[in-house]
Parts: sequence; structure tokens; C-alpha cells
Amino acid sequence: MSKNNFLELENIHKTFPLPGGKEYKAVVDVNVKIAKNEIISIIGHSGCGKSTLLNMIAGLDAQTEGNILLKNKEIVGPGPERAVVFQNHSLLPWLTVYENIEMAVKKVMPELSSQELRARVEKFVSMVNLDHAKDKYPGEISGGMKQRVGIARALSIKPDVLLMDEPFGALDSLTRANLQEHLMRIQQNVQNTVIIITHDIDEAVLLSDKVIMMTNGPEATIGEILEVKLDRPRDRVALQSDPEYIRCREAILDFLYKKFAKEDE
Amino acid sequence: MNKETYKKILLPFVVLLVLIQVWSGIASMVEDFPTPSDTYVYAFGGETADGDEIEGVLSDPFYIENQDDKGIFWQVLASLQRVFAGFVLAILVGVPVGLIVGMSKSFQYAFDPFIQIFKPVSPLAWLPLLLFVFQDINTTAISTIFVTSIWPIIINTALGVKSVNQDYLNVAKVLQFSPIEKITKIILPVAVPYIFTGMRLSLGIAWLVIVAAEMLTGGIGIGFWIWDEYNNLSYHNIIIGIIIVGIIGFILDVIMGKIADYFDYRKKM
Repeated sequence: MSKNNFLELENIHKTFPLPGGKEYKAVVDVNVKIAKNEIISIIGHSGCGKSTLLNMIAGLDAQTEGNILLKNKEIVGPGPERAVVFQNHSLLPWLTVYENIEMAVKKVMPELSSQELRARVEKFVSMVNLDHAKDKYPGEISGGMKQRVGIARALSIKPDVLLMDEPFGALDSLTRANLQEHLMRIQQNVQNTVIIITHDIDEAVLLSDKVIMMTNGPEATIGEILEVKLDRPRDRVALQSDPEYIRCREAILDFLYKKFAKEDE
Repeated sequence: MNKETYKKILLPFVVLLVLIQVWSGIASMVEDFPTPSDTYVYAFGGETADGDEIEGVLSDPFYIENQDDKGIFWQVLASLQRVFAGFVLAILVGVPVGLIVGMSKSFQYAFDPFIQIFKPVSPLAWLPLLLFVFQDINTTAISTIFVTSIWPIIINTALGVKSVNQDYLNVAKVLQFSPIEKITKIILPVAVPYIFTGMRLSLGIAWLVIVAAEMLTGGIGIGFWIWDEYNNLSYHNIIIGIIIVGIIGFILDVIMGKIADYFDYRKKM
């Protein structure tokens, strides 16, 4: 297995049946190879099938055609090696922060002793700086904190790929920046392969090694793949005047608002 | 004490006074209708307006004269036992059926028409059929309660299952929960508050049903007792019976409400 085909999408098509026997071709001809420990953003206008693509990688939705291979093995259905951070955090409201993470770890790593389990859950609670809130219920903490728990829960089960569906989309911009910092810091410590769906250009450039730009639906596909050649750790303030950052930003802007502008938005 | 609490305690007393006035008015118009003061005497003992010395219904609720003549406590206990037997049966059958109906569209389509048709059937309509089948007072009363109080449990359990958020189910999918784990860790916690709402409604119905059922089946029980007092021309005791039925029904509802709150995760925050 070469490093470059850790996660492969081969010729992915997704068609939804419409009432009246017609079909809606959401995604066509998606081919991409993602290397281990790469952070990939998928960006595009709404309706470009980017969430559909993520759901197919997660196994929550089946592709109509094509194969998705993880470590050269075909993906069938959802599984904990592809952990998902959902847009609306989807924490179970009847469990505390600690219990939400514990439930996932317990299920995926049943071989852990009770001390090991405890240690692992606490490690991930600490990783997102939520030690003080570990016994709180999701209803008692802020949106940003909930999303941090979502990230901790996803990472705690040691996934091969971390899938994030507009993870910070529902948050205000300051909280969002804070979470991006969290994510970069965690990534610095624990190398992960991450796929982030976003519609925020700055977020895409700041976080990613590569940005996949999707054309508009129907029949959306990959338009361009942009490599972001910025060193890590990245500093959001310093980046504002970095020529590479500016180049990447402009490339995405150009793609989204010139080549594939969406008139009805 | 703040003004709100003050009102909460005082205002019901105002209504009580008005009710007693209305009651006295009716008593003065309808011949033989028991007056409030006489009813009080028949309940707690003392001397009536006519000067009779009376042993009240509630002054010795635990007496047992013979098999057919027992104190009010035993009457109520017999009714409660039947209610709980029928209620527990309704839970044991209703919750699993509700879970299945809630989780499977096919089962929902299959069962829904029958739930809708049987739900509004009066317990009094079931009673003759069940009496004919079982030929036994207790079994008939319990099965009547079962068959009339099971519907809210089924309907609310199914509603609870359907209200499970798709995101939670996606979490279950990613973690590869087995069907059993999906039910115990995701569906039940969401559905439990709904199930308890169903149980609360169901217990209310069961308590309504028992009085009517016992009037027809006879033997022992608060419903039978009220009917028996009618036959004895003891109209005071009918009113006492009504008040006892009401208070016990209220207590049952409060207890169920407390239990429901305890299991409702939304109340813990």
C-alpha cells in the first residue's frame, strides 16, 4: 500500500430517484486519492453534493456507482474507523460529556479495562479542554463546547479517517476560530487523516493541505484540487499577509465566484 | 410566603366554599339529597341533623364484619389491586408493541387501523364479552382494564420511537450498534418520557374503568361499594365514594408524574 492511496474514491456517481420516475444526478465522476494524515477540505456552493460525498465515505449513504477504498479495502456501510463529526454535534442529551465519549470508546474498544477506559475518556476530554465540564449534560454547555465534545468523541475511537460535515458551520465566527485552533493543535499532536466539508474559504485554506473544489450540481464533480503549501503550525494572523495564503484564497475565490458562480445565491 | 403561593392555597378554599353553597342549595331542592354537614358526619362519624349517632365510613376503614361486609380500605385496596394488575399487563404488552409499531413502517400500517378502532371502545362494551369468556369477576375486571388502558401506552411508545432524531441513529450506525444496543442506548432513552406519558394516561383510564366495571361485576371494590350504597339508599356514601375515587385518582396521577419526571432526561438539566 503506497502512502498515496490511503483513501481512494474511484469513479463515484450518486443518483437520487425523483418522483415520477426521473432521476437527479447529484454527483458524477468523482476520482480522488487521499494520503494518510492529510487534511482535506471539500468546498463548494450549497447543492454541490459535498455532504453527499462525505456521507458516502462515512457509509451512511451508498454510492450509485463506483468504489470507495480505505487502506485498499472497499467500504461497506458505516463503521468506527470513519468517525463523523456532525454539523449539529449530535451528542446524546441524556448522557454527560464524559458519558457521551465513554459510550463510544466502550463500544469500539471493548477490550479496555475499566481503568484504561477511564484514562482514555479523560485523555480526550482534556484534549479539547473540557475537564471542567465533563459531568455536564449537552444541554448545559455552549454550542462550541458541544462541538468540541463531538470532536473528542470522534477522535477517541481512533479512526483512520475523521469526517467533519460543516463542523463549525452553526457557530459564530469567534467560536469558530477558537475551534479551528483546537483542531489544528490536536492535529499537531495526533496525526489524523481529516476530511472537512466547509463553505468557508478562510477555514479551508487555514486548515487544509489540499482543498477539493466542487462544481455546481446537478452532476457536480471535482473542479480543481488546490494544494496549500503552508508550514505548520499556522498562525491565522500572520497568514493574512503570506503570499501563499493569499494565492490560495484567490484561487478558491476565483473558482467559486468566477468559474462556477451560482446565480441564484 | 410570596403572593403566588398565598393565592394557590387560598383560592381553592374560595371555590370549595362556593361548591358547598351550591351543594347545600341542591340538597334543599332535591328531596333526600344529603347535605354537606350530614355527609361529613357519615364520613367521619358524629351526630346528624336528625340527631342520629353515626359511625362514619372513614372512622373505621379497616373493619371486616364478614366476607361481604368490609371497611372502605378493603374496598379501595381490592380496586387498586385490579387496576395495577390490568395496568401492569397493559405495560408488558403495550410497550413492546409500541416499540415495534414505532420502528417498523410495515407494522405501523398493519396495526394502526385496529388501534384507532379499538381505542374509542367503552369499557362497558367489553365487559359483557369478557365476563362471558372468563366467568370470573376478578379476571373480567382486570382484562377490561387491560383492553381499555393499553392504547395510550402503544400510541405514545410508538410516538416516542418515531421522535428519535436521525442524528442519534447515525451515531449508532457509525459505532455499529447491534439492534439491541440501538434500542437500549438510543431509542429507549428518547422514548421513555413518552412511554411514561402513555402510562400516566393509561393509569387514569384504568382508574376510571374500575369503578364502572365493579358496578357491573359486583363482589368487592370501590365501584361495587358505591353501587351497593345506592341500593341501600345511603346517598351520603355515594358522595363520599365519589370524593374518595377522585382523591385516589389524583394521588395516582401525582405518583406517576413524579416517576415520569425521574426518568425524563430533559428534567435533569
